[in-house]
Amino acid sequence: MTSVSSASAAFTGRDPGNRLYGPVPDVTEQSGYVEEHPARVGFFTDTSVCIGCKACEVACKEWNTLPMDDSHGVKDALGLSGMSYDNTGQLGANSWRHVAFIEQSRAVDLPMPTFGRPGDDRHDHGPSPAVSGDDVSLANAQQSSVLNAEALSEFDPQTGQSGADKQVRWLMSSDVCKHCTHAGCLDVCPTGALFRTEFGTVVVQGDICNGCGYCVAACPYGVIDQRKDDGRVFKCTMCYDRLTDGLQPACATACPTQSIQFGDLDELQARADARLETLKGQGVETARLYGRDESDGVGGVGAFFLLLDEPEVYGLPPDPIVTTRDLPAMWKAAGKAAVMMVGVAVTAILGSRRS
Amino acid sequence: MVDDVEFTSYYGRQIVKTPVWKSPDVPLYLFLGGAAGSSAILGALADVTDRPALTRAARLTAGGGSILSVVFLIHDLGRPERFLHMLRVLKVTSPLSVGTYILAPFSAAAGATAAVELLGWFPRLKRFGGVVSAIFGGPLATYTGVLLANTAVPSWHEFHTKLPFVFGGSAMAAGGGICMAFTPVGEAEPARKMAILGAGIELAVIRGIEGSESVVAEPYHEGRPGQFMRAAKACTTMGLGLAVVAGRRRWGAVTSGALLAAGSLLTRFGVFEAGIASTKDPKYIVVPQRARMAARAAGAPGKDGGVRFVTP
Repeated sequence: MTSVSSASAAFTGRDPGNRLYGPVPDVTEQSGYVEEHPARVGFFTDTSVCIGCKACEVACKEWNTLPMDDSHGVKDALGLSGMSYDNTGQLGANSWRHVAFIEQSRAVDLPMPTFGRPGDDRHDHGPSPAVSGDDVSLANAQQSSVLNAEALSEFDPQTGQSGADKQVRWLMSSDVCKHCTHAGCLDVCPTGALFRTEFGTVVVQGDICNGCGYCVAACPYGVIDQRKDDGRVFKCTMCYDRLTDGLQPACATACPTQSIQFGDLDELQARADARLETLKGQGVETARLYGRDESDGVGGVGAFFLLLDEPEVYGLPPDPIVTTRDLPAMWKAAGKAAVMMVGVAVTAILGSRRS
Repeated sequence: MVDDVEFTSYYGRQIVKTPVWKSPDVPLYLFLGGAAGSSAILGALADVTDRPALTRAARLTAGGGSILSVVFLIHDLGRPERFLHMLRVLKVTSPLSVGTYILAPFSAAAGATAAVELLGWFPRLKRFGGVVSAIFGGPLATYTGVLLANTAVPSWHEFHTKLPFVFGGSAMAAGGGICMAFTPVGEAEPARKMAILGAGIELAVIRGIEGSESVVAEPYHEGRPGQFMRAAKACTTMGLGLAVVAGRRRWGAVTSGALLAAGSLLTRFGVFEAGIASTKDPKYIVVPQRARMAARAAGAPGKDGGVRFVTP
């Protein structure tokens, strides 16, 4: 067993290319697990089948004994966000799964991967058995009646409008730590509390963390946060304790629609590609994978998503880049600035008369 | 300045987290570390060129500043009693880790040098301690720029090559200003010159940040951070002018030194608060990232566009 370093892959001497940025063939091996190690695991969250039940949130809180918090992450507070069914609000130290709810009302045909509301498809059906046959006038009279079921189903009590030009869709998505290939939190952690596990995930060691808070500022997704009365930081561990015992993470186990799928990352990526293909084939033009691309700013993520709208609609950054990509340029600038200081001081000394 | 832009967000909620770093702990740490670092360089050079009064003022500034800055740094931790966990590892990817290995030897050397300076013991050891602290002084003053810039905080990260120079210049203005105020005018000329040059650099680089076309330069102009930045500019400009005009007189040296130190302190507060403000509005995340994506789609290899890795 070789020693496992909490240092970034960039400075371990392995993998000369793509150390701070870009795709990495085996991030677990790059982190020091050079001998045999389990395959990299991950989450594929398919939001097209999420029903917003929040079973993932509850399962996560129960399994990890997370305290209650309100929509701004205040611990032991009960509060409504006042904006939607989403009272969790955000990921944080006490919420490691967060189901986003977006209600969209547009006067255009919004493609959904499911069928329309009950009653929407009745135009295609023939007359009902009760009016079948030659009594067409009766059928017409019934159809034009405001009391018939079809008219009621098309009537929207919120807007008072009826008709096919009005559609509402709900987007629901269970957000989670992305377990990045190039994890900013792990890169900047000065104590080694954050480390990469043998499963390729990123986990905080609670007995090491000294609450410096650097990871909080470094995460491009705003995932990890500090628990104020505790001082340390907390985030999703992808149920590291369950994984080591051969179990699936709590959220994926609880998900009733398989919106959250857990497994080997390679397998999930193939499954996601196929799912995207299927949806595109069904005419869901807005479907896209988020975090799947290994050439993106964080080298691809371990927990990626199938979204039905732009990432920022769900509160996700559209094009995140790990901050340490620019670190060599920063160190160079700091070195130059330090040399400049010495130069200025020497100039000041040499340019002054001796008293 | 940038006109209002259209962008989408999740109920207007912020995307990145606001740093949990506390004010005034962190701005004070940045200021004291900078003043101590530049004073240590000045002190060592004054020592070898035989300027005893300036040497003494610089050593006491470096020692006092470094010890205080350590106190503020540790106080800012969520678990201060675990400060020594910083010394478990050395990570080049973590500016805070690197900074710990700069601050630890610096504060030990500068603190010891200041102590023996006060007590008047071990003159040889004193010179050695002064040189050690001078070696770490520059990095101590400029690494803090990297500390802030190496984050997902938009208004810090965007200016990642400029912040070390802002903080380096600001450090010399503060260190030079303080040493100038506490040294008899006959020996204070090097401190005055360093303060003037440092203040000039500070003002020039900040001008570059504030004049940036990027939307993330906005927080440097608006609200509380904007007030800090304007106050900083006023203090530094007045201090610079006064140091040039009246720095050779005792009252001029003291007043301009105090103004330059105040300007440096306000700059740290302004930069710190601007970054904090930029995390609270999703605009500063979405708009620049969308622009980057658009540039990439248009095939324009801008600073962040164009360059993409190809999976083999």
